[in-house]
Amino acid sequence: MAQIRVEALDKSFADFHAVKAASFTVEDGQFLCLLGPSGCGKTTTLRMIAGLELPTAGTIRLDGEDVTMNRASARDVAFVFQLFALYPHMNVRRNIGFPLKCEGIGAAEADRRVVEVARILRISHLLDRPVSGLAGGDRQRVALGRAIVRKPKCFLMDEPLGALDTEMREAMIHELRALHDRLGATTVYVTHDQLEAMAMADMIAVMNNGVVEQIASPRDIYDRPASLFVADFIGSPPMNFLPFRGSLQAGAQAIRLGDRDVTVPAAREALPEGDLVLGVRPEHVRFSDLGVVRGEVYGSEYLGTTQIVTVTTRYGALKARSPANVSFRTGENVGLDFRPDTLSIFDKASGRAIRTVLHEGGAHG
Amino acid sequence: MSIANTAHSVVEPSPNTRRLAGSLVVLYAVVTMIPLVWIVLTSFKSPDDAISYPPKIVFTPSLEGFCNLFTTRSRQTPEFIRTLGPPQGLCDDIARSRNMVVAGPSNYVPRFVNSLIIAFGSTVLAVALGTLSAYGFSRFRVPLKDDLLFFILSTRMMPPIAVAIPIYLMYRTIGLSDTRLGMILLYTSVNVSLAVWLLKGFIDEIPREYEEAAMIDGYTRFQAFVKVVLPQATTGIAATAIFCLIFAWNEYAFAVLLTSGNAQTAPPFIPIIIGEGGQDWPAVAAATTLFLVPIVVFTVLLRKHLLRGITFGAVRK
Repeated sequence: MAQIRVEALDKSFADFHAVKAASFTVEDGQFLCLLGPSGCGKTTTLRMIAGLELPTAGTIRLDGEDVTMNRASARDVAFVFQLFALYPHMNVRRNIGFPLKCEGIGAAEADRRVVEVARILRISHLLDRPVSGLAGGDRQRVALGRAIVRKPKCFLMDEPLGALDTEMREAMIHELRALHDRLGATTVYVTHDQLEAMAMADMIAVMNNGVVEQIASPRDIYDRPASLFVADFIGSPPMNFLPFRGSLQAGAQAIRLGDRDVTVPAAREALPEGDLVLGVRPEHVRFSDLGVVRGEVYGSEYLGTTQIVTVTTRYGALKARSPANVSFRTGENVGLDFRPDTLSIFDKASGRAIRTVLHEGGAHG
Repeated sequence: MSIANTAHSVVEPSPNTRRLAGSLVVLYAVVTMIPLVWIVLTSFKSPDDAISYPPKIVFTPSLEGFCNLFTTRSRQTPEFIRTLGPPQGLCDDIARSRNMVVAGPSNYVPRFVNSLIIAFGSTVLAVALGTLSAYGFSRFRVPLKDDLLFFILSTRMMPPIAVAIPIYLMYRTIGLSDTRLGMILLYTSVNVSLAVWLLKGFIDEIPREYEEAAMIDGYTRFQAFVKVVLPQATTGIAATAIFCLIFAWNEYAFAVLLTSGNAQTAPPFIPIIIGEGGQDWPAVAAATTLFLVPIVVFTVLLRKHLLRGITFGAVRK
């Protein structure tokens, strides 16, 4: 297993700048998710690590060795494709054994390893079946088997659960994570599904328009988004944004929102007068008659244990997560308060999060 | 009558529709088979039966057509024939009954062998080249790809006769005229455009992930092509091979103009089989019957692939 270090990686297609100066490090044994909307460059980044695309600029190091321009076959990595890419003209056993055949490993040894991998993935009973008749989850296991049978330096997975139905996906998320814990394999996993990323990853790299916006643990990504995009992309429903104008002194503990003061985590940098955005997670909105923002209830979505209440305010529609047993009437006038220690402030023009005490909490766990 | 019997499916044709469709298919098959059946029947007729009017449906079968096809004969006086020993086989017997003796083998076998070599040779070459270039066009960013593909296709837009004379002059200059190699190259160049276009469609449908997986697993691109792409393209390759073979096997115009002795194929040879006093129709029919055999055998052998391939990948999973 190996550490993957990606430095200032750039990739341009004819008229499309797919990846812009992406840099990150995946430590030995770590599970990194590349997360982002479609077209954000996450798959291109993964394919460059695999050697299926050559970067326009930048370097890729596997265990310190520069492999940027190496052929895919010379990198000793394993790749799991979204559509599995099982060879249709081979049965399960030959599919899993195929990488060993490429390496010229003897038939007896290869078969021993195939059988062992099949046992780990619980597909021993399928070994002599053709791959065409397999169910989605089993196909995915065969694809995983083909990846792990070789004991490569790292696993690269491109939305491997994207083609499965919801139920099977839930089960495979847990299996994949368990498999990762068992093998301790360095893994880079591409997905557009934040739930998958949150459930599996040690670290998440959020990408947008070819740029890595934030690399952090799932908890930090959620609690301390580094940019407006991350705050908006992560969370369902996403973070509420309240635009306001103002300036900020280092150490300031409140901002002026309309004609009310809102307590925020103490700022750690100063900002001149400008357009700012206050970010509030729906679960950090509380209903209070003395609240800093007033509005009318527009509607609510019942989710079982909680409900999402949409309130129309002068800052736009805000969503609040509230216990399911409280009832709201449409059109009811309500006041909203925010939990002060969890608020984020963003610079509207750059989308960057303003450094506050919140981020220091992150640095020290 | 129960409800289950009166209910009808919206997707399954009703029994009457089935019967109608079935009889139309049979009728069409009969109509298209008539010329073939007539040729096969004629090949077993005697020369007199072959040209009799009204045409004879019932006749005494004779192998004279096949004998005349494979032999050349010379006319002799009955006195001379009586001085010869016993007839050398069936054909000699038939010839003697018409006051002739077998003088030697005809040119049909060498012409047939030429056809086999040229048709299969050019098919193998066209499919091999076509597969490689189709793969290149399908997988790589080729500059001017669309223009090149159109250019390749455009070689098919002219009727062969339009280019036959320039090719004849070229071939005469470089010494390829009336050679098997020349004909193989010519048919290959005509077929390769068809092969590229057909095979590109098939290869486009094979997801690249298969080769990428193989390349990550340690194969070079060429190995991945051979081990992973080719097995999945067999359907398309088989269909393409049959189309190429049918063209090369039946081609007439180029063969008439560019071959005479050495490399003449069967199609220009068959219509000029002359018997005594004009066209020897049973021999022509016999030659045609035998000429059909290789294509039928080849098609039947590849039938399994062809059935899926003939839809040009439309229903391929």
